[in-house]
Amino acid sequence: MSENGSRAVNGRAKAVALMLAAGVLAALPFWVSGVFYVNISSQILIYAVFALGLNVLVGYAGLVSLGHAGILGLAAYAAAIALAAGFGHAEAILFALAATLAGTAVFAALALRATGIGFIMITLALGQILWGLAYRWISLTSGDNGINVAARPAPFGFDLSDPNAFYYATLVVFALALAAAAVFIHSPFGASLKGTRDQPRRMNALGYHVWLIRFYACLFSGLLTGVAGILFVYYNQFISPQTLALTSSAEVLLMVISGGSGTLLGPIAGAALVVIVKNLASAYIERWNMLLGAIFVAIVVFMPEGLVPGSVRLARWALKALRPPAAGGPSQKAEAP
Amino acid sequence: MSALVVSNLDKSFGGLRVTRAVSLRVEPGERRLIIGPNGAGKTTLFNLIAGEMRADRGSIALFGQELTRTASRRRAHMGLSRTYQIITLFPGDTLLHNVMLSLLALTGLRWNPFLRLGRQRDLMAKAEAALARVNLAHLAARPLADTSYGERRRVEIAMALAQNPRLLLLDEPFAGLSVEERRDVQKLLAAIPRDVTIVMIEHDMDVALDFAERISVMHFGEVIVEGSRAEVVADPRVKEIYLGE
Repeated sequence: MSENGSRAVNGRAKAVALMLAAGVLAALPFWVSGVFYVNISSQILIYAVFALGLNVLVGYAGLVSLGHAGILGLAAYAAAIALAAGFGHAEAILFALAATLAGTAVFAALALRATGIGFIMITLALGQILWGLAYRWISLTSGDNGINVAARPAPFGFDLSDPNAFYYATLVVFALALAAAAVFIHSPFGASLKGTRDQPRRMNALGYHVWLIRFYACLFSGLLTGVAGILFVYYNQFISPQTLALTSSAEVLLMVISGGSGTLLGPIAGAALVVIVKNLASAYIERWNMLLGAIFVAIVVFMPEGLVPGSVRLARWALKALRPPAAGGPSQKAEAP
Repeated sequence: MSALVVSNLDKSFGGLRVTRAVSLRVEPGERRLIIGPNGAGKTTLFNLIAGEMRADRGSIALFGQELTRTASRRRAHMGLSRTYQIITLFPGDTLLHNVMLSLLALTGLRWNPFLRLGRQRDLMAKAEAALARVNLAHLAARPLADTSYGERRRVEIAMALAQNPRLLLLDEPFAGLSVEERRDVQKLLAAIPRDVTIVMIEHDMDVALDFAERISVMHFGEVIVEGSRAEVVADPRVKEIYLGE
């Protein structure tokens, strides 16, 4: 009984926190001062979607990809090229998503021949190939000059060239991506995927098709990454090979790991951390890269599991330490099965 | 029709022939024990039957169905379940979730990315029943990492039984257990109905001999003796292997 009760309380607390967060984010343009900060918030949300996509692989499939910037870039280039060719926004977005899924399928088919270090190296190589294509296939990509996107879309009459409007559009997409990720990981398929992360051999013996499960996970990861890529190209209205570089892949991987891989909120916290340090701290500190490095080191030392699970652990510990032992300690021990 | 027919199975690792022309015939409902000293090739034989390794030569049939070339994950769907000598479970998850994964494996639901696993009452009830079968229903909500070794062995067996197998392969189900835990597992295995055929590897003759009707003795990759308990115990070759006479 008590367990059910605490679960219900927990669920209610989560719902309240979620509504609060949604309220804060929805009202953001009113309480932050200026376009600069609204744009930073949009960037955080875009990278959060990107990190959510990578987290499907890193956190839930146990497959570390170092080529995800390539997939993001693929979506961004596909959209930009379609727009430059004169297609409308809806066609360009659909084309970009289809191209990303197709590209991810090829990526996955090649990379899933291995796991562990092998998988990392193959994804790294594939990401570099895409970077090389963006850089050298000048007739298609304009090489180093990149491609400009003339205008943002205006769905249902909302002109997204306004930073606030773009922020809201990004927020909606982000909320959908987060909801999709949440449904995915709590689904039977999500459980299958986590099983293949923990005990692939056992999962195979139980009757699961480990390879195909991982392949579908790659596609889902690619889909979220593609969505982030489309947001990215509309936000910047520009895409160049720089976006596909290995450092970008490493950056998003750091977001996932520093925030807490295998958790829903971790990648979002990681994205916020990196974007904020990159954009805000860099205004005051010339060596902001060093600051980011120091923060990562601190996270690894004090919260090796990542910011979100680490904070939860510290908060629990603090609550326990604060609460008088007669009320908290023993009864809690007795309740825990 | 026999439950399991293995004929002339061969497997080599490089120059080492770990399975030498092994032939077995296990009848439906039979309890078969495979014994032999360390390195006799017992677990390799299980890996071949379960499909985790591919045989160099020979064939395997399950209830008349040829499965020598069938992928091991397909064999689970054909009614073959196994436990492992070294426990390979999901330590971060609850006992209930462990058994649910086993049940999920045989349903189309495992591909569903939209439903909530925690709301699949039917599946949960089946998993609870499987845990009750091994007397672990009261620990269903406990993470596996917080259970004892003996309890984990029983979870292994619950997961295998949950799949409703026609043929159950038990790889040293008594290994590492205390005397009491052995007795529990022994009772558990004795209670498995006869529509499940069981092949068991066990190192320890004392516990296992009571269980089996027929015994195959392996040595250096070969089945050297096969027969009833009395026949095997009386065989001079078995004495030689175990006692070095």
